[in-house]
Amino acid sequence: MNNHKFFHSVYLNEELCNGCINCIKRCPTQAIRVRNGKAVITSQFCIDCGECIRICAHHAKRSNYDRPDILSNFKYTVALPAPSLYSQFNNLDDINILLTALIYMGFDDVFEVASAAEIVSEVSHKYIDEHPEKWPLISTACPSVVRLIRVRFPNLIDHLLPINPPVEVAARLARKYAAEKAGIAPEDIGIIFISPCPSKVAYAKEPLGTEKSAIDGVLAIKDIYPLLLPLMLEAEKSPMNLSRAGQIGVGWGSHGGEAAGIVTDNYLAADGIDNVIRVLEDLEDEKFSNLSFIELNSCDGGCVGGVLTVENPYVAQAKLKKLNRHLPEVVTHAPADLTEEEIYWTEEVEYLPVFRLGDSMKESIMMMNRVERLCQKFPGLDCGACGAPTCKALAEDIVRGKANETYCIHILKDQIHSLTRSMNSLVNSASAYEMKGNDYRYIFKQYLKTLLSDISLLDAALNLNKEDKDE
Amino acid sequence: MENSLMSLKYHVSPTDFTRAGEASSDVKNKLKKLGVPPEIIRKVAIAMYEGEINMVIHANGGDIFVDITPDTIHMELKDVGPGIEDIDKAMQAGYSTAPDDVRSLGFGAGMGLPNMKKNSDTMDIQTVLGQGTTVIMTVNMPE
Repeated sequence: MNNHKFFHSVYLNEELCNGCINCIKRCPTQAIRVRNGKAVITSQFCIDCGECIRICAHHAKRSNYDRPDILSNFKYTVALPAPSLYSQFNNLDDINILLTALIYMGFDDVFEVASAAEIVSEVSHKYIDEHPEKWPLISTACPSVVRLIRVRFPNLIDHLLPINPPVEVAARLARKYAAEKAGIAPEDIGIIFISPCPSKVAYAKEPLGTEKSAIDGVLAIKDIYPLLLPLMLEAEKSPMNLSRAGQIGVGWGSHGGEAAGIVTDNYLAADGIDNVIRVLEDLEDEKFSNLSFIELNSCDGGCVGGVLTVENPYVAQAKLKKLNRHLPEVVTHAPADLTEEEIYWTEEVEYLPVFRLGDSMKESIMMMNRVERLCQKFPGLDCGACGAPTCKALAEDIVRGKANETYCIHILKDQIHSLTRSMNSLVNSASAYEMKGNDYRYIFKQYLKTLLSDISLLDAALNLNKEDKDE
Repeated sequence: MENSLMSLKYHVSPTDFTRAGEASSDVKNKLKKLGVPPEIIRKVAIAMYEGEINMVIHANGGDIFVDITPDTIHMELKDVGPGIEDIDKAMQAGYSTAPDDVRSLGFGAGMGLPNMKKNSDTMDIQTVLGQGTTVIMTVNMPE
């Protein structure tokens, strides 16, 4: 399998990880295990949704993204602010203040993702209208949703809306316009996206539906937020007229905005990764008839809920709504010179059966039968002490050759109990049959050896980190 | 050969719509882990889901037995419900005997059996009025 397909933005800071089970329990694709006291992400399973970042109390889960000094790598830079950025500030009533502050920050120009979103809305509306045979079309703006479908819902791949996400369209148009406007070679232009989430950081490196993304760098909203605040105070005095987005584009920042922009009345919009999975499961069983469009956002509340944002998603949603009240409905329309390549997917998204157990059906069946037998043996508590999120996940790890039964502390505990019982009866029978001293000692020692090795396994399972800390 | 057979058994609880679909969903996820081709998974999932819902709506639940081999997926849906009075009618798209309260939940569109037939390679219905119904469906793997 092609490894480059699994570039990830999410990674672990080992020093901060204390080996607890919060992230393994939260991960929607069961991609994380705790091994040797540290969380380990299985690359093929990870969809970069960022839920582990959200839940980790020790801030050990991180997202890769660029630092603001990336601007100095290019002759000319264009900022691509996500609509969710607009929702992070108190009492922002003019988007131009924010966009002007981005220019003060050092960007040469801005191209709002919200503006490209209006183009995407227009093209999507038309595409959905013209392709009833593909209904319901599933939104492809959230890369984590597309990645999830790619590994878990093969039968829904044909329903994916084959249109680039607004950020990609923005990047392509921004480069084209900047080259025309400033007369600079396209490769000297840096297109820098300001992102609410790690999912889009991964997208920029390893896009879906297109071979190469036009995004050159990605900054995190939370990183530039403190830089923007003082600059916005300055920008407020005389904001430049930069904004090209209306309600439809800005609305994409929160849940339901995309569907509203596509102007269809038979749609469904779900947010939060667990809800997304539930909808996809039902969709797979063909439970929804007559829907033309399904909007799915991995984060609660939509993009405003991204883990790289600073504001509470629901407060952010309210702010976005308030800001939107003053805007015209649509500002940007699909330009006449918009090319197919700028707006449509040029590559198919292919099913990656990463969860498959064996190489052949026969082997897989044998492995799954073993999984079932192991599950009977395990206590079914899903306690996570073995480092896998559920007993079943541990059983699958075992048949994949990545773990063994003694990872289960309950099984280990039972073994120790049974050994102590045997030792006890040995001592009793030894005195009853007047066993010779040497034989007695030898057998007793063998038992003790097994018992001690089991206890040390138990210690290893429970105390790995403690040892690390003691050192 | 015993090892290349996987046998599954599910109990479908009567009139519990919150749990209807659990069995077919479990089978669907297992088939994905087995590496079954997506179009086969789709057929099995839909055929079994419809059958499971039928058992909840009409038959006070029942039991489902699924046998999976590298060549075929065999599903047996057994209930001790009222039986089907007129199979030919029940096979017609749009025909339903579902009560109104069930229809108001969005079920009972009369597509159950036709959809099961459409998505399986063979389907056999054995039914005795007042005693119950057994539906046996198979879906074959591609050559």
